[in-house]
Amino acid sequence: MQEASHFTPQQLFRKQAAGESLHPDGEDAVHRHVLTVLVENTIGALNRVANLFSQRGFNLESVTVGEARDPSQSRLTLVTTGNDRIIGQVLKQLHGLIDTLEVDDVTHEDHVERELCLVKIRCNSEERASILAVVDIFRANVVNITPDSLTFEVTGPTAKVNAFIGLLKDYDLSEVARSGRVAMRRRLAFEH
Amino acid sequence: MSSSSLSTSQQMNSQLEPSKAAAMAAPTLPTGAEILIRSMEAEGVEIVFGHPGGAVIAIYDEMHRINPSFEHVLVRHEQGGTHAAEGYAKATGKVGTVLVTSGPGATNCVTGIADAYMDSIPIVVFTGQVPTKMIGNDAFQECDTIGVTRSITKHSFLVRDVRDLAATVKKAYYIARTGRPGPVVVDLPKDILAARAPFRYPDSITIPGYSTVGKGNSGQVKKAAEMIQQAERPLFYVGGGTIISGGAEKLTSIARRANIPVTTTLHGLGSFPENDPLSVGMLGMHGTWYANQAVQNTDLLIAVGARFDDRVTGKIEAWAPHAKIIHIDIDPACISKNVPVDCPILGDVSLVLDQLDSLVEENDHPEWLAQIDAWRQECPLDFERDGALRPQEIIRAIRDRTEGEAVVVTDVGQNQMWGAQFYSYVNPRSHITSGGLGTMGFSLPAAMGAAFGLRGTGRDVVSINGDGGVMMNIQELGVAAAHGLPLKVVILNNSFLGMVRQWQELFHDERYSHTHLEPTNPDFVALAKAFGCEGLYCDDPEDIEKTLDAAWAVTDRPVVMEFKVITEEKVFPMVPAGAATDDMITAVFSPEDCA
Repeated sequence: MQEASHFTPQQLFRKQAAGESLHPDGEDAVHRHVLTVLVENTIGALNRVANLFSQRGFNLESVTVGEARDPSQSRLTLVTTGNDRIIGQVLKQLHGLIDTLEVDDVTHEDHVERELCLVKIRCNSEERASILAVVDIFRANVVNITPDSLTFEVTGPTAKVNAFIGLLKDYDLSEVARSGRVAMRRRLAFEH
Repeated sequence: MSSSSLSTSQQMNSQLEPSKAAAMAAPTLPTGAEILIRSMEAEGVEIVFGHPGGAVIAIYDEMHRINPSFEHVLVRHEQGGTHAAEGYAKATGKVGTVLVTSGPGATNCVTGIADAYMDSIPIVVFTGQVPTKMIGNDAFQECDTIGVTRSITKHSFLVRDVRDLAATVKKAYYIARTGRPGPVVVDLPKDILAARAPFRYPDSITIPGYSTVGKGNSGQVKKAAEMIQQAERPLFYVGGGTIISGGAEKLTSIARRANIPVTTTLHGLGSFPENDPLSVGMLGMHGTWYANQAVQNTDLLIAVGARFDDRVTGKIEAWAPHAKIIHIDIDPACISKNVPVDCPILGDVSLVLDQLDSLVEENDHPEWLAQIDAWRQECPLDFERDGALRPQEIIRAIRDRTEGEAVVVTDVGQNQMWGAQFYSYVNPRSHITSGGLGTMGFSLPAAMGAAFGLRGTGRDVVSINGDGGVMMNIQELGVAAAHGLPLKVVILNNSFLGMVRQWQELFHDERYSHTHLEPTNPDFVALAKAFGCEGLYCDDPEDIEKTLDAAWAVTDRPVVMEFKVITEEKVFPMVPAGAATDDMITAVFSPEDCA
C-alpha cells in the first residue's frame, strides 16, 4: 500500500468518501449508528432484516422489534457499526428489501434512546438494605422479591444501564436480561 | 390470454360476497392449482420449465385437464430448468418461469436461483411445499425453501391462503421484472393448491415497500453532461444493466456523437458494436490489454449499468486511479458500493441515457483515441496459428459463419473467456453467460431456454462449453433433442478443467491437482447420438469449416461438435486475482507471430 502522499487526487477522494484510513497500517474510522426501520409486520420481514446482516457481513450489535403504531407494521431499532461506506450500504440494502417501508438513521439527529434491563441478585435479608440503597440512585424498581433474591428493572440510555450493572457486580449477580435499544426522533417524523 | 381463461375468470368473478359465494358454489370454484394456471395465463406466460413431484401433482393434473395457453417443457433436472428459464429471459427480455416440487425439487433450483440473483435475471420459481399443517415437522420432501433461498432471491412468498394466490403471482412477476430484475420464489403448500376460492386476476397490486426509479435527477444529469464535455480522456464502462433497460442504442448514439471510446463488462457485451472503431472490447481480468490501459489512464469513467465487480477492478485501490466517475444505475445499493463515485445518477439506464442524449454535444478526442489505437497495435487480442487446434480459431470461425448474428451462450471458465474475447458481439442480448455466480453447467440448459424463446426468429443459438462444464447438465440434451431445437453445441475438449489448470500452471508451479478429466470423459459424439442429437468430431484446424458445414446443415435437432483442442492453451491477457490492473500478464507470444 502507498503512503498517503502517493495517492492520486481521485484515490484520495475515494478513500475519504469511504471513511477508509489513508495509512497502510491504519484502521478505518468506525462509527456506531442507530437506525429505526419500519417493516411489514410479518415473520418473513423480520427474518429478511436479520438475514441481510449475515448475508452482507454487516455488524449487528443489537436489534429490538415490536408492533408499530399501525399493528400491520413492525418497528425495529438496529445498532450497527462500520465505516462510512459500510453504513451507507447498510442503509441502502435495508431500503432495498421489499418489505421495508422506512429506514431512518437517527444517530446524528436529535433523538431519545432507551433500553430496559432486568437484573436478578442472589441475596439474603441482611444484604437487602445496602443493595436497595444503590439501586435507588438509578431509580430502578424492585419487580420481584424472594427470601434469597431481588429482581430490579432499570430503564435508561445504554450508558446508564451499563453503569447500573457495573455497580451491581460487587454483589452476587445471578441474571441480566437487556432489551437492546429503542430509539425515536424527538420531532414529529417517520411514522406519518 | 386464451378465450377459455377469459370466460372462466368471468364465471368466477362472482358479485356475491366471498363467504356466501364459497358456501353456495363451493364445488364449482377453482382450486388453487387451477388459480395458479389461470394466473400464469393472465400474466402472459409463454413457457414453463418444470418437473413434477408429489407436492405439485395437483398443478400437473390441472394442466392435463385445462391444456393451458402456455407450453410446459419437462426438463430432466430442476437446475437445468432454472438455467433454461434464465436463458429464455436473457434472450427475450421476458420473465422466465420454473415449476418444481418441494424438498429436492426446490433445492435443485438453488444454484439457478443464485445465478439469476447475481446476474439480475427475472425468473419466477414456483415450488411445491408440504401441507401447511405439516410445515416444520420434517415431513417427506419438506425443505424450508423460503429460508434456504432468502439471501439469493429478490423476494419470496409463502402462500398461506388460497385467496391470496392470484395477487401473489402478479406481485411475483412484477417484482421479478421491474427495477433491478431478479429471481422471485413462490412457495405453494399442497393444501393451498387443493383449496378453492373465486378466481379474479387483479388488474393492479400495491406493494407499499417497493418502488422503482425512472428518470435521473436532472441536476445530476446536467452535471454529468458537463463533466463529459470537459473530460480529455473519457471512457464509457458499460455493464449488463444497459442491455436489460434497453439503452444500448442510446449509448451507441452518445458515444459516437461525442467520440468516446467504449469498454464493456462481460454482461455488457453486445451493448456497443465491437466492430466499431470506438470499441475497446471487454475490460477486467481477461479483458483486452488496451481496454485496461484505457481504464488506467482515463480522466472520466462513465459507468452505465455496471457494478464494479472484482473481476473488473482487480485490486480496487489501484484501479482507474485518475478517473472521476459518473455512475448511472437503477439500484441505489450498487452506487458507491465498491468505489465511491463523483457523480451518482440513480435511474433507469435507458431513461437517463435519453436525458443525457439531449445534453451531450458533438466532440472529438483525437489524441486520446490515437493513444488507444497505439495500445491496440501494441498488444492486440490474438492467438498463435501453428497448425494446432486452438479454441480461439473455432470461435472466430463460428463468428464468421453466423456473421455475428447468433446468440452465443457460454459456460464458465476458459471457454467463457474465449467466447467473450473472440466472437465480436454487435447486438444486445446476443451474449448469455453466468457472470456473477460462475456456474459450470449453465450453457447447455440456458442455450436451450434461449432457443425456445427464439423459435421462429431464425436466429442461431450456439452453446459453447468446456469438457468439464458440459457434463454438469448434459441431461438437458435429451430435452433439446425431443423438441427438435437446432441448437449448436460446441465442446472445446482440452481434457482438463482448463481455467483451474491455467491457474495451477501459472500460480501453483504446475501442480495439476484433480483437473485432468480424460479418464472420466465420455465419448461425446456417441453421447450426443445416444440423446438423439447429431455428433461431430474435429481435431484439426483444417477441418473446422467442414465440421461447421455439417453442423449447420442439420436443422431439426441439436448438433454436438466436439473439438479436441490443445491442452496447454491459456486465456490471455490476464490480471491475476487480487492484483492491480497495471500488473496485467499479456500473451507470451509476440504480435509478429500472428498470421
